[in-house]
Amino acid sequence: MQENLHRFFRAARGAGVRVSPAESIDAMRAVASVGLSDREVLRDSFLLTLAKTQDEKRALGDCFDLFFAAPAPSQPANTPGEADQTASPQASGEADAGSSGAGGSPTDGVGPLAQMLLAQDRAAIQAAIATASNAASLSDIRFFTQRGLFSGRILDAMGIARLRDDLEQLTVDNPALAERLAAALEALRENVRDAVSQALLLYGREEAENLRNDILRNAPLSRIEPRQVEEMRALIRQIARRLRERYSKPRKRQRRGHLDVRRTLRRNAAWGGVPFLTAWKRRHRDRPKIVALCDVSGSVARVSDFFLLLIHSLHEVVSDVRSFAFSGHLIEVSEILETKGADEAMAEIMSKVGFGSSDYGSSFTDFERLAMDAVTPQTTVIVLGDARSNNLDPGADIVRRISERCKRLVWLNPEGRMTWGWGDSEMLRYQTFCTVARQCATAQQLERAVSDIVAAYQ
Amino acid sequence: MADPRPMASIEAVESGLASQGYIASRQIATAVYLAEQIAKPILVEGPAGVGKTELAKAIATWRGLKMIRLQCYEGLDEAKALYEWKYAKQLLYTQILKDKLGEVLGGAATLHAALEQLHDFGDVFFSKEFVEPRPLLQALEQEAGCVLLIDEIDKSDAEFESLLLEILSDFQVTIPELGTVSAVVPPTVILTSNSERNLGDALKRRCLHLHIGFPEQKLEERIVESRVPAIAQLLRRQLVSFIHDIRTLDLKKQPSVSETIDWARVLVLLQAGELGHDVVKDTLNVLLKYESDVEATLPHVTTFVAKALRQNVFG
Repeated sequence: MQENLHRFFRAARGAGVRVSPAESIDAMRAVASVGLSDREVLRDSFLLTLAKTQDEKRALGDCFDLFFAAPAPSQPANTPGEADQTASPQASGEADAGSSGAGGSPTDGVGPLAQMLLAQDRAAIQAAIATASNAASLSDIRFFTQRGLFSGRILDAMGIARLRDDLEQLTVDNPALAERLAAALEALRENVRDAVSQALLLYGREEAENLRNDILRNAPLSRIEPRQVEEMRALIRQIARRLRERYSKPRKRQRRGHLDVRRTLRRNAAWGGVPFLTAWKRRHRDRPKIVALCDVSGSVARVSDFFLLLIHSLHEVVSDVRSFAFSGHLIEVSEILETKGADEAMAEIMSKVGFGSSDYGSSFTDFERLAMDAVTPQTTVIVLGDARSNNLDPGADIVRRISERCKRLVWLNPEGRMTWGWGDSEMLRYQTFCTVARQCATAQQLERAVSDIVAAYQ
Repeated sequence: MADPRPMASIEAVESGLASQGYIASRQIATAVYLAEQIAKPILVEGPAGVGKTELAKAIATWRGLKMIRLQCYEGLDEAKALYEWKYAKQLLYTQILKDKLGEVLGGAATLHAALEQLHDFGDVFFSKEFVEPRPLLQALEQEAGCVLLIDEIDKSDAEFESLLLEILSDFQVTIPELGTVSAVVPPTVILTSNSERNLGDALKRRCLHLHIGFPEQKLEERIVESRVPAIAQLLRRQLVSFIHDIRTLDLKKQPSVSETIDWARVLVLLQAGELGHDVVKDTLNVLLKYESDVEATLPHVTTFVAKALRQNVFG
């Protein structure tokens, strides 16, 4: 059983539940005290000892159901695999006929696996599959491409080579028996395939997800396919959660060295002002205030979409966000983003300002008229755009004024540095006023950029 | 009052809690049982008003133990949670013993000799006499064992969490001047959290993690039955079914078990025999705590009441 529990812990890790050795010891002790007889109690015990958040509880519950649905060798009565069900009626019928006719003698000459298959001993077969899976270390399976490999290994471990010889021999000696054996072998293959698929589900999920996320993180946002948009959104939410966890720590830091005289006196009033307890001055850290200007024209739109999604899911970290979207002219979109879902909000923004050719000059003029007073010395202004103004007035003087008013001016450009300043790009002109100007084309770059912006306040 | 072996099985826990009027789901009972068996604290999370604090109280009264409660808040520190030196008493004693000190030291010829003598009773003022035990230390000192409730741990600072780690894993605290104080009998520790912030992994690792959500309909009926015995069965069923419908709406604050019980009491007071449209409308503010929630619910009241009544016919 201990072996089984260890495999379950590995499966749980595969399902994204962080199981530390200490927790696995707790779980073992819990299992030892509640026993294995009641499945529900066992499940509850695992949920209590291993999972520490609600998401983890859900994942672990699913994992438990999947894992213990597996044909465990100790429970021979259950698990009629589909393959068996179709195969067994005729097979057992034939088996009766065959054994009564042939008198059991032909089975003596064949190998153990063939005997097992012919005897229709399902419990023994399942046990053999389980043992062979262990021998082939099936729990190491990580990718779906390894399915064939592991199936082969398991069958090898069960002695399929000998079975093939037997089958050849029997085709000559006893064709009827050979046919039965061939059918049983087919069923066996299917069982093994099922076992491997299930193991992949149990142990390989995390790895597959990591791989996919890794590819997605480094894919250019502007060129991802529509079917990946949903996955991307999930990834962005994940990034937001990570940033929240990192930066939403309490914003008070004690500063040793500066005595807070007033608080010290008050605190020690009970002892006649003799300062037993000292109080030190604290420094409050500002929460980031962000004003975001996003170009939503053409190819930049996708990046803006994800950027806005990210910024607006950082509630705990960022105290105040105002977002503006522009292409030909500029409007404020904070409210749309706050009240509507991601899809709906983006559609509405696009219908209002999208699909125009971008005009940075007039957009910046709009901004100055509309919301220049939102820019304070605590504000970080983020402009997201490719700085291609179609040879119109770039409005660089307004950018200068913004940069003078704000704490930091950050420009995120989806284009690579190589192309800055080429064609109608005004990037070099804007760059002189920016505290930071960086490329931002993939989810990873987006995360770094936002993380740096927030970190500047810590 | 206390059973000889109160924690014999999960069923025993369940019935024990029920005898105190706390109807526990199977999962809660398992958690309490396991906490005792493997000596681990329980961290209870869940929305407000589902009976997290109540659980600790029920365990305490059932087992006849003292309950020590530590309410957490921002700025809670060692001096308020663990122990404090009785400064005033120390001061007073030094003043009173001044003459005695002079006497003792009077015999010394040199400064060195005086210092030597001073060393001999130097620790007098930092002994157990002068320690004011706060909840955590009190809990360790209880000879019969106790239930220690650390309420709303998520409200405290992250530093305070680290302070708890030693208590939670080893049931001991270290006071620099006195050494380590171990628990006489390991207390049953229950921490509650409203998930206002994420707790540290170190803390979570040391606890059993129990999430109490809104109960299922059957269970909630039993809870109401045990808490408000005066309510008729018919009304009880309608009421619980109505509340379950309300919880499907998108509200700022969903009505929880405590609100269900309050509402049941109110209906009994008003001598309502059956759920009716007008009664519900008049008493909706018992159930919902925000004006916007009440407004969001009002249009649905008729439907829900009708549904609750209908369900009763078939149920």
